[in-house]
Amino acid sequence: MNVAVFILFALLCLGGALNLLLQRHPINSALSLIVVMSSLSVLYLLLGAEFLALAQIIVYSGAIMVLFVFVIMLLNAGEEERTHGSRAAYLAGIPGVLALFAVLAGTFITLRLSFGGTRLGSFLVTTGDLSRVLFRDLLLPFEVTSVLILVAILGAVVLARKEH
Amino acid sequence: MNILIFILLNLLKVAVVTVIFLMAVAYTVLLERKLVGRIQNRWGPSRVGPFGLLQPLADGLKLFLKEDLMPTAVFRPLFILAPIIALSCALISIGVIPFGENIRWHGVDMFQIADLNIGLLVILGVTSVGIYGIALSGWSSNNKYSLLGSLRSSAQMVSYELALGLSVIGVVLRTGSLRLRDIVNLQNTHGILSWNIFGGLQIVAFFIYLCAAFAETNRTPFDLPEAESELTAGYHTEYSSMKFAMFFMAEYANMITVGCVATVLFLGGWSSPFGSLFPAFGGPLVQALLPVFWFVLKVFSFLFLYVWVRGTLPRFRYDQLMGFGWKFLLPIAIVNVMATSLVLAFHG
Amino acid sequence: MTVPIVWYLVLSAALFCIGVCGFLIKRNIITIFMSIELMLNAVNLAFVTFANHWHQVSGQIFVFFVMVVAAAEAAVGLAIIISLFRSRNTLNVDQIDLMKL
Repeated sequence: MNVAVFILFALLCLGGALNLLLQRHPINSALSLIVVMSSLSVLYLLLGAEFLALAQIIVYSGAIMVLFVFVIMLLNAGEEERTHGSRAAYLAGIPGVLALFAVLAGTFITLRLSFGGTRLGSFLVTTGDLSRVLFRDLLLPFEVTSVLILVAILGAVVLARKEH
Repeated sequence: MNILIFILLNLLKVAVVTVIFLMAVAYTVLLERKLVGRIQNRWGPSRVGPFGLLQPLADGLKLFLKEDLMPTAVFRPLFILAPIIALSCALISIGVIPFGENIRWHGVDMFQIADLNIGLLVILGVTSVGIYGIALSGWSSNNKYSLLGSLRSSAQMVSYELALGLSVIGVVLRTGSLRLRDIVNLQNTHGILSWNIFGGLQIVAFFIYLCAAFAETNRTPFDLPEAESELTAGYHTEYSSMKFAMFFMAEYANMITVGCVATVLFLGGWSSPFGSLFPAFGGPLVQALLPVFWFVLKVFSFLFLYVWVRGTLPRFRYDQLMGFGWKFLLPIAIVNVMATSLVLAFHG
Repeated sequence: MTVPIVWYLVLSAALFCIGVCGFLIKRNIITIFMSIELMLNAVNLAFVTFANHWHQVSGQIFVFFVMVVAAAEAAVGLAIIISLFRSRNTLNVDQIDLMKL
């Protein structure tokens, strides 16, 4: 059951991510990214992070991606033009990425015995647990992020405003 | 064997709830047409069946038999996907709402599909994903009215979601839980006096929730996305037949969901307004169904309020709408959260 | 039946690498920005997985902060994209190669 759910949503994630890469139209890429984020939230549930799973949907799928879709609609972005990108990106980038993946995956797979397995319910962080840490031990960082958001709002308003 | 019965019962439960919900959607449409008719001093639908009671059936049949037009310039995959997103998001949230006491039969909770620790967040999340249905429909229709309608609608829904989210925080603070059953159980003690709206002093939050919910469901006085007089029909201008019907059903399903959530959060859920004033009567069946009756009655009055407002208030202007959301609702929602936390900190 | 933790980690690595690829080869600035979000999500998955493995809440706290910063970043980034589009009338990164508007 656990394995089936994991495989289903992992495949959805990978498919969505590849689709983001292959699609030419930005709105298709945005929609595939939404699929990735929503399936990640299911994986978070499997890993026992129930608050984060829903925060993922509310913040990423429901707010950030809505902003993206909104901007794509607003700028009426069309199909991507096929221009030659930087040659360095292709020559050094793609092999570099493959090497990075090989190193990461290789490291994880050699360590697989020390990691063991997990299943639904083996570890559960309730909203209460999370907020206890967040509001007691990490109150100052939390407040600082609120200032960060305020700055971001002001910055966005200043940048997007039409000058007269 | 036990697990088989469990799965079967759960599937049955989902099917029953879905069918009842869709029936309720159909009859909400009738309720609205009847009531608006009466408010405007006319009869409303009265030809099909006694008192027009079979009108939803006729409407459904008509929409089903209409030709499904596919305009040439639309972006086809998204044009088809958009109404599906809208309707499915509208139908999902009913899954976490408790209708009655926690009565178990073969280990299956009879009056709730899924009792989640984070039920309230699920509702907020599903609502926020529902925006895509409207945004994509407008964009993929390739029509200026649709695009304007959907831009208005997504901006409006994103803005009012903030006020909506902040208005329920007071209730969550009082309960200390995001489980909808816990929220109702807290209000279940002294009848109407312990409901969050009165006993919990959340009447301001209820007002904010009400305004934000009207805006979230695109209803009058905030129905700018489909303002007939300026945008023909807004985001669903290009839709016909069942695809249009899906948007239509999504709107009414959202109204019912919002009513259910308001009932659960502020109006005491399934609890009786009299508390334990009257002694219990009837057998176990009556005792099980009485809470459901109260729940349905509360949701019904909420829907009545919806239609009443539609029959009474004119439409806002767009800048008024945005100003109202950001400059009025949001600040008082924040003040409400702070006041509630202060009261709870010193008296809680 | 348990799911090996390694599977989650490899998935996270794969998503991250796809994100890097998208960042390198896409030409539309909005899609590039989306690839960055994909990379952030991949790292979040790794954090949640490690939180599960070590039975620690702090991994999830990290994810929470990443989400907050991502939201702020998306707002500012998209505002920059809108003002770029206003002045250049294009979203192609090849034509946006000056550090001023």
